[in-house]
Amino acid sequence: MIFVTIGTQEPFDRLIKVMDELAATVLKGTEVIAQTFETDYKIENMKALNFVPSTDFDAYFNAADLIVSHAGMGTIISALVQNKPIIVMPRLMLYDEHRNEHQLATAKKFDELGYVEVAYSGDELKNKIIEMWPDKLKPMHQIGSVASDSLIKSLREFI
Amino acid sequence: MKVLAVASIGGHWIQLLRLMPLFKEHDVTFMSTNPSLQDTVKEYKFYHVPDSNRRDKVALMKSTLSVSWLVFKIWPRVIITTGAAPGLIAIFAGKLIGAKTIWIDSIANVDRLSMSGKMALKIADRVYTQWEHLQTEQVIYSGNIL
Repeated sequence: MIFVTIGTQEPFDRLIKVMDELAATVLKGTEVIAQTFETDYKIENMKALNFVPSTDFDAYFNAADLIVSHAGMGTIISALVQNKPIIVMPRLMLYDEHRNEHQLATAKKFDELGYVEVAYSGDELKNKIIEMWPDKLKPMHQIGSVASDSLIKSLREFI
Repeated sequence: MKVLAVASIGGHWIQLLRLMPLFKEHDVTFMSTNPSLQDTVKEYKFYHVPDSNRRDKVALMKSTLSVSWLVFKIWPRVIITTGAAPGLIAIFAGKLIGAKTIWIDSIANVDRLSMSGKMALKIADRVYTQWEHLQTEQVIYSGNIL
């Protein structure tokens, strides 16, 4: 199963359209579940969910073989903790998908660190999935369940 | 120590929960912007407040009233937040009641401190960045939530 998530803030149809098209073609036979928003774009080939309570969200996340998401930190952290393959596509201000360009900066940084796969455009997302699904997608980096010791220590001393 | 831990739903909340080893040592109350998050901190006191951002002034006002009222009611001695707007409001309210206030800028802010983080710099007792290259005399770097 592929779990597509775009976070809780705003629609992200550039990503949703690519995944919906792929669900009918290269991903035919694979279940694709998308956490999304209702927009003018009508999803035809994926199971679409609007608000997903956090416990259900976790269940979909756990069950997924691949996560496809916006470059939101929540999703990235969850994928790194659970050692899930993830492809992120940054929301861009240019398309009114976000109010600043921080997703692009985040995506570039995590790309540079080699922690996640990054698709900088819809075409790139499509190509990555065509090229990598299902065998070549591997988790790239794993983290523990809590913050770094040095951060916790510094906070502890101050409190 | 009575601690109030604040974060908006999504990445901010997930980052906040990664400080759990610290929270386990204190009397912590959580605050976020969606009631469903109580399920992720079942054994703790939890309040939800209206979400807001700087562009929607009505929502910002509602959030300010709600967050401030709760801060006065809970009367924490420490306020710690990973953002965004409701966390900044909690820091403002916290200063009024003499709490120690800590802003941890989201790890998503790779190029520069967030706008809220810059505002927090003016009032919070401590501001942390999660990227070493953003460290300055006032902005502390001591690792990150990864």
